[in-house]
Amino acid sequence: MSTYNFDYLDELEAEAIHILREVAGQFEKPALLFSGGKDSITLVRLAEKAFRPGKFPFPLVHIDTGHNFEETIVYRDKMVERLGEKLIVGLVQDSINEGKVTEQTGKNASRNALQTFTLLDVIEKNQFDACIGGARRDEEKARAKERIFSVRDEFGTWDPKRQRPELWNIFNGKINKGENVRIFPISNWTELDVWNYIRRENIELPSIYFSHQRDCITRNGQLMAASPFLNMDNDDVVVKKTVRFRTVGDMSCTAAVESHAFHIDDVIAEISDSKISERGARLDDKVSEAAMEDRKKGGYF
Amino acid sequence: MNILKFFTAGSVDDGKSTLIGRLLYDTNSILLDQLEALQTSNRKNDDGTIDLAILTDGLRAEREQGITIDVAYKYFQTDKRKFIIADTPGHIQYTRNMITGASTANLAIILVDARNGVVEQTIRHSYLVSLLEIKHIVVCINKMDMIDYNENKFNEIVEKYKKLAEKLQLKNVQYIPISALKGDNVVQNSLNMSWYKGESLLNFLEEVNTENLEQSPLARMSVQWVIRPQTEKLHDYRGYAGRIQSGTFKVNDEIMVVPSGVRTKIDKIEFFDAQLQEAHAGQSVIIHLKDNVDMSRGDSIVNASNLTVDSKLIEADLCWMDNKPLDTSVTYLIQHNSKTARCKINEILHKVDINTLDKFSADNFSLNDIGRVILKTADLLAFDLYNDNRANGSAILIDSRSNLTVGALMFRATLD
Repeated sequence: MSTYNFDYLDELEAEAIHILREVAGQFEKPALLFSGGKDSITLVRLAEKAFRPGKFPFPLVHIDTGHNFEETIVYRDKMVERLGEKLIVGLVQDSINEGKVTEQTGKNASRNALQTFTLLDVIEKNQFDACIGGARRDEEKARAKERIFSVRDEFGTWDPKRQRPELWNIFNGKINKGENVRIFPISNWTELDVWNYIRRENIELPSIYFSHQRDCITRNGQLMAASPFLNMDNDDVVVKKTVRFRTVGDMSCTAAVESHAFHIDDVIAEISDSKISERGARLDDKVSEAAMEDRKKGGYF
Repeated sequence: MNILKFFTAGSVDDGKSTLIGRLLYDTNSILLDQLEALQTSNRKNDDGTIDLAILTDGLRAEREQGITIDVAYKYFQTDKRKFIIADTPGHIQYTRNMITGASTANLAIILVDARNGVVEQTIRHSYLVSLLEIKHIVVCINKMDMIDYNENKFNEIVEKYKKLAEKLQLKNVQYIPISALKGDNVVQNSLNMSWYKGESLLNFLEEVNTENLEQSPLARMSVQWVIRPQTEKLHDYRGYAGRIQSGTFKVNDEIMVVPSGVRTKIDKIEFFDAQLQEAHAGQSVIIHLKDNVDMSRGDSIVNASNLTVDSKLIEADLCWMDNKPLDTSVTYLIQHNSKTARCKINEILHKVDINTLDKFSADNFSLNDIGRVILKTADLLAFDLYNDNRANGSAILIDSRSNLTVGALMFRATLD
C-alpha cells in the first residue's frame, strides 16, 4: 500500500472530527461549551475542520462567571466575529441576581462551583440535548474513566457505575427525555498534544498563556493574580511576578506559574520538563482525592 | 510518531494496575503533585513502598474495594511512540467493560500470575481477545520475583499457554517474564533473569508494527453529515463528510452508494482547505461525487470493485451488556457506523462458557453472556465480515425502550 504521513496529531484530529460530526448527525440541539481556554479553542478549530465551508451545526456557549481574565473576553469576541457563528452567554451574575445561587464568602470564595448551576440553567432554557466540552482524560483520575459520550440525567449527574459501554468507534447518542449528553472529542489528547497541535495549526491564544508581568499574591502556596475578585486583606502581599497561566478558568481559582515562556516553543519545552500536572494549579481539585468525581456527579463539566 | 492503543487483561491480584503504574512511573509519566497525592494516600504495599495500583483506580468505589470496575484510560509517550492504555477490569462481572476497552485496542497484554500459571481467568481473557480479533498479544508472566525468577517455571507456563493459543487460533503471541512490583523487564531488562534474551515489555511495545495485520484493503466510508452551505458562492456545493473506515479512496475511483446501489465516481476529496488526491483509513474528509445522487447520513460509499456484504439476515457473535436479558420478541436498534436500523434477534444458535470455551444451546441471553445469534435488520447495512474488516464488521445493539447500549455484535456470516 502507498505510504502517507499520518502521525499521532493527525489521528487525534481525525478522531475528534469524527466525534463532532456524530454530534451533528445524532442530536437535535447541540452546543459547544467555550471557556476561552486552550482546550475549547482547539475544539473550535476542530469544528472548523469538521464543518467548513458549512456553518457549525451548533452555537458556542460561554458560561461567564464575571470573574474573567479580560484577555479571555477580548479573545472570545474577536474569535466569534471572525467565525461568524452564534454565541450564547450564560451569566453566573444573573443566577445570583435571581437568587438561585448564593455567592460564597471568605478568603477562598470562588464562583467556580456556581458555574454548574448556570450551565444547567442554560441547558434547560435552550433545550440543549448535547454539550461539547474540551475535557481530557489525562487531566484527572475520574475523567480517565469517563466515556466520550457521557450521558447525564436532568440534574446533570454523572453516574460512573451506569456508564454505557462505548465500543469501537460507534457512539450511542440516544437519550430519554430530560437527559442530555456531554461530549468530549479530545478525550484522548494530553496537555502536550493540545500544545503541539496549537503550534502546528498556528492557532492564536489569549495572551495570558504566555509569560507576562502581573501583580500576584500567594494563596495556599499558589500564585494568584491580584484582582478585585479575590477577597484580599492586609495579610496579602502584592508582588510583581513574571508568570503565565497553564489553564484558564475563573480568576479566583486559577493559579499562575512563574515562567519565562514567551513563545509557544518555550511553553512546549516547559511542559515537557514540568513535574507538576496542569490541574495541580487548580485549587478546586485540591479539596480531596475524589474532588472531581464528586463535582462531576453534581453536574460539573 | 504514531499511537499504539493497548489494553491490559488481568485482575488486580495479578498486578495489572501495578504494571500500568510501573509503566507510567518508570517512563517518568507521573507528575510531582500526583506523586504527592500517592504518598499521602493510605494505601501502601506491605513493605511500605507506594502502591502503584492507585494511580489507575479512579473511582471512590474502586479505591475502597481495591478493584477496577470500569475502564480507565491512561496516556504516556516515549521518544518513539504515544501510548493509550485501556486499563480494563478482569473480574467476570465486568466482562462488558473489558470488551469496551478491548474494542479499540491494537494489542492486548494478558497478565498471568507466575505462581498460578494459566487459570480460568486467563482462558476467559484470551477468549475475549480472540473474539475481538486483536492481532497482537503479549503474555506477561508476572510476579517472577515470587518464584525466584525461575526459568523452568516460566517455560512451563509458556508451553501451557501455547496450547491455549493454538486452540483459540491466536497468532503473534509474545511471552515476557516480568515483575511489575520490582520493575523487572517492564521498562529495563532485568538483571535477575539473565536467561531471558528477549526485549523488555516497553521496548516491545515501542517497536511492534500493528498496521500490517490490521489494515483491510476494502475501501469504505459511512456518511456522517452532508455539508451544504447553500450560500450564493457555494450554491451547488454538496460534500459528504465522514471518516474513512478502511482502505483508500482516490479521485476518479468508481464507487457504489449503499443501500441505493447507485454507481458513480469520486469527483473531489477535501480536507478543510486542502484538496487531496487520495484518502486513507482513519482520515476524516469530505467526498464529492461526479453525479448528483440521493445520499444522506447513514449511507455508505464503498469501492465498486470490492462490494460490501448484501444481506439483512446476519449471523453474528453477540456479547450481552445490559442487566435486562435479551428478549427475542422485542425489536431493537442496531447501530453500524452512522447507520441505525431496526433489528430483531431471530435465533440463539449457541452460547459459550467463557471459562471452559464449551459451546452449549440456550434460550436466554443475560449480562456478560457471549454467543452466536441470527439477526434480521429492517434496512440493508453496508457491512463486511468482522474477520475481513474489523472496522466495518462490528455494530452495537440499542434497546429503544431504555436507549442503553445492550449488545456488541461482530458479523460472522450472511444467510441469504
